[in-house]
Amino acid sequence: MREDHGNGNAGTDTATGTDAADTPRTTERPRGARRLSRGGRINALLLLAVAALAVLPLALGLGEGEEEPFAGADAQAETAVTENDPDYEPWFTPLYEPPSGEIESALFALQAALGAGVLAYYFGLHRGRRQGATAVAADGGAGAGTGTGAVTDGGPGDATAPVPGAVGGPGPDPGPGAGGGDGPRP
Amino acid sequence: MHIAEGYLPPLHAVAWTAASAPFVVHGVRVLTREVREHPESTLLLGASGAFTFVLSALKIPSVTGSCSHPTGTGLGAILFRPPVMAVLGTITLLFQALLLAHGGLTTLGANVFSMAVVGPWVGYGLYRLVRRLGLPLMVAVFAGAFAADLSTYCVTSVQLALAFPDPGSGVPGALAKFGGIFAVTQIPLAVSEGLLTVLVMRLLSQSSAGELIRLGVFARGNARQDGQQGDEQGQDRQRKRVA
Repeated sequence: MREDHGNGNAGTDTATGTDAADTPRTTERPRGARRLSRGGRINALLLLAVAALAVLPLALGLGEGEEEPFAGADAQAETAVTENDPDYEPWFTPLYEPPSGEIESALFALQAALGAGVLAYYFGLHRGRRQGATAVAADGGAGAGTGTGAVTDGGPGDATAPVPGAVGGPGPDPGPGAGGGDGPRP
Repeated sequence: MHIAEGYLPPLHAVAWTAASAPFVVHGVRVLTREVREHPESTLLLGASGAFTFVLSALKIPSVTGSCSHPTGTGLGAILFRPPVMAVLGTITLLFQALLLAHGGLTTLGANVFSMAVVGPWVGYGLYRLVRRLGLPLMVAVFAGAFAADLSTYCVTSVQLALAFPDPGSGVPGALAKFGGIFAVTQIPLAVSEGLLTVLVMRLLSQSSAGELIRLGVFARGNARQDGQQGDEQGQDRQRKRVA
């Protein structure tokens, strides 16, 4: 991964990030933070299962025998209606119809994006609130302890220092809602 | 499950609209009361509606070689009870009918009945039943969301079969035909919806445990059963049970 070896350290750069505990100099916190908790792993597995369920029919080519592979079930039902009752004429037409398939898919994407945006906002807001609450609690409880090193400095500067780190680190990560929101944004 | 505009005979269209209307009116009343008495739940209500918005926009391939979409109504039905979902589902269907030519105004009543009335009630009913059997919360959530999704498409099949009986085999034959198009296609999608609803509920149990207790999702199972449990302990227990 790293090409510029021999940076002046011991020279053995074999263990870059795995043994972070041994080398406190390399402050690569995000590496540790990225490791998924048990709950996170379960969530990831759930998403993976959903993705597999969607991809498998495509990968197995289950639509190949069809006239129109992977057509919408709603459209198939319209065909079935005319099979059962060939004389049936729809007696009402949509007030507005998207002029092309592209416009239609854009509107569908808009619908999904609106929903995903609201979900992401919800989870992001609550995550932020929770982190804010824990930061305040930590500030109140351990604020005096952390800032004792250099007393000469202004107290508030030291006391507040750990707080933005805690909040700002993984802050704008609204959870899996964003995963859905990223894709279909028009 | 969207019956296309004009694809139900006028008599059927009127009948399904009449059947849905009381549920939607009642739902509006319940929803406004909920917002008035618990303004703090507005956000979660919005999130429940948003979940339906996302899921009903996603057309996913299925084992039958065709595509369909989940409904997303199970989550809101479990959280806020089915009447609220009658409103949120109707809003989603109206959006699709007016902007996407998906579904329609004449078939809105029938589509509301399947997606916003029967689906939420069946899902909620199964959720409660599974809870009462003492099974873990997330099993109940999965079962509820799965049932809400699948029952919606079963109702659509019945609606179309009643309106367009098979010339030879009548309504049963038509039901088999429409059921093959809708219900069979829907099974893997209903599983997906169940898993996604479990995922969202897991995230909610971390972010909004207090809200879930107020709504009775947690209280019925854990907090009350296990005595005096703090939010966080209840959450932990929840997570362990899920795993």
